[in-house]
Amino acid sequence: MNDGSPPDPTPLGRKLLMELHVNGETQEVAFLPHETLLEVLRERMDLPGTKHGCELGECGACAVLVDGRPELSCLRLAIECGDAEVTTVEGLIRDGQLDPIQEAFADLGGAQCGYCTPGILVTARALLDENPSPDRDEIAEALSGNLCRCTGYLQIFESVEEAARVGAASSATGEVTS
Amino acid sequence: MMRCRPFRYHAPRTVAEAAKILRGEGPDAMVLAGGTDVIPNLKRKQFAPRTLVALRRIGELRTASDDGLTLGAATTLDAIARHAALPEAHRAARIAASKVATPQIRNRGTIGGNLCLDTRCTYYDQSAEWRQAIDFCKKAPGPHGTAIETPVEQGICWVAPGSPRCWAVSSTDAAPALIALGAEVTLVSADGERTIPLTDLYADDGMAFLTKKRDELLTAVRLPAAVEGWRSTYWKLRRRGAFDFPILGVGAALKLDAGGTVEAARVVLGAVASRPLPVDTSGLVGGPLSDEAIDAFAAKAAGPAKPLDNTDFTLHWRKRVVRAWVAGALRELRGDDSEEASLLSRSAARIPEPLSV
Repeated sequence: MNDGSPPDPTPLGRKLLMELHVNGETQEVAFLPHETLLEVLRERMDLPGTKHGCELGECGACAVLVDGRPELSCLRLAIECGDAEVTTVEGLIRDGQLDPIQEAFADLGGAQCGYCTPGILVTARALLDENPSPDRDEIAEALSGNLCRCTGYLQIFESVEEAARVGAASSATGEVTS
Repeated sequence: MMRCRPFRYHAPRTVAEAAKILRGEGPDAMVLAGGTDVIPNLKRKQFAPRTLVALRRIGELRTASDDGLTLGAATTLDAIARHAALPEAHRAARIAASKVATPQIRNRGTIGGNLCLDTRCTYYDQSAEWRQAIDFCKKAPGPHGTAIETPVEQGICWVAPGSPRCWAVSSTDAAPALIALGAEVTLVSADGERTIPLTDLYADDGMAFLTKKRDELLTAVRLPAAVEGWRSTYWKLRRRGAFDFPILGVGAALKLDAGGTVEAARVVLGAVASRPLPVDTSGLVGGPLSDEAIDAFAAKAAGPAKPLDNTDFTLHWRKRVVRAWVAGALRELRGDDSEEASLLSRSAARIPEPLSV
């Protein structure tokens, strides 16, 4: 497996060893061909920040970034992630510093029970990377695949707006925030 | 955690190789593109293929032709929603793609996958345990993923227990829009390739809803060159502004001459039958798009729509709303205030629904 790719076809019911690129690190991980990225992150890589909600693509709790774009880890087989860069909520922290989005959620009550929060944080990160100053409608559209049953969404929208303001202010002064 | 049952995983590098594997594996194989429809179905044990044939390494399935009109079947829905090269006349395709599910799912789900979307039903899209509790319906008659794709007499359809057939609902957003645009699809098997009008891909049966053979791969969607005077739209009705499959979809394209007379029209309804339902537009052609013409056409269009009680909302209301929705789509194409049209579109979920009695 010099190129990191599994045998084709994979043998039934046998684990394969594959390199995955998660949060800037490359790790060799053993898992079964029918395991989803969500199962592998949580159960084989000790990264339980990504939450399992409905597990059917109907809630957004398990969202992670795949090559910078939000996808649902419950619907993507881990075997299909060997050539991708995966970012989970654990990967938003850089050099011990929270992402400005995380700071804003903490300051403004963007998280209540917190279960939907990791999926929302990474999805909002992708939004701000693509569009540093989104308006309220653009935020609502970007987060329309993330259900929250606590906040009523208002604090979430305000937190993302605050993070955008902080990002704009720091890029104006040349400070690196993420 | 809901988990998939074990399968073997193939990831061929060419269409020819994929077609050969599909031929060799027979009914035990399923195609995996984005997986946003297949994986939930595997977790609910609606299917249990021995082999998944993944398309992710086949680059030719993700390319578009130079004119932008032929799209590889593995093009993501998000890429189509943003496909600026598509002519304005084909905007129905971009609208439909942009209204599927959620942003995360559109980043992964493909146009070919949406066209081949499994038909849906309240009594089918449930866990194996749920289905077992009321006894399995005929579309998936066993506990371990035994969904079958040929019509059978035996077994029960829980939404119409007296009926010999399955009434699961065609729930693709892309198909009504693309059929209205006159799209064709290319199917490839080990024997060669064929191109058919998209409307011919479908059959009105909840189980045998695709005419595509089991060992054929849908490789490309072809839109016709845009002709001056054509315009199109897609209206989607659902309870929430995201996530939900359509309760009703209206794909509409028409060609108006300089005087406002309808020269040609194609209108297709989604989610009211087991296949996308093309509407006879002969009554519309040759006259102006007057209020009277639109209302008469919309009333007639609602006739063949026969929703059953196996999706969200009450079926009587779903039947009645077809008329308002078809008329709304045509008014938008006539050029009525698009803000008003989009307001109506957005407020769909707030149209009062009569209480069931």
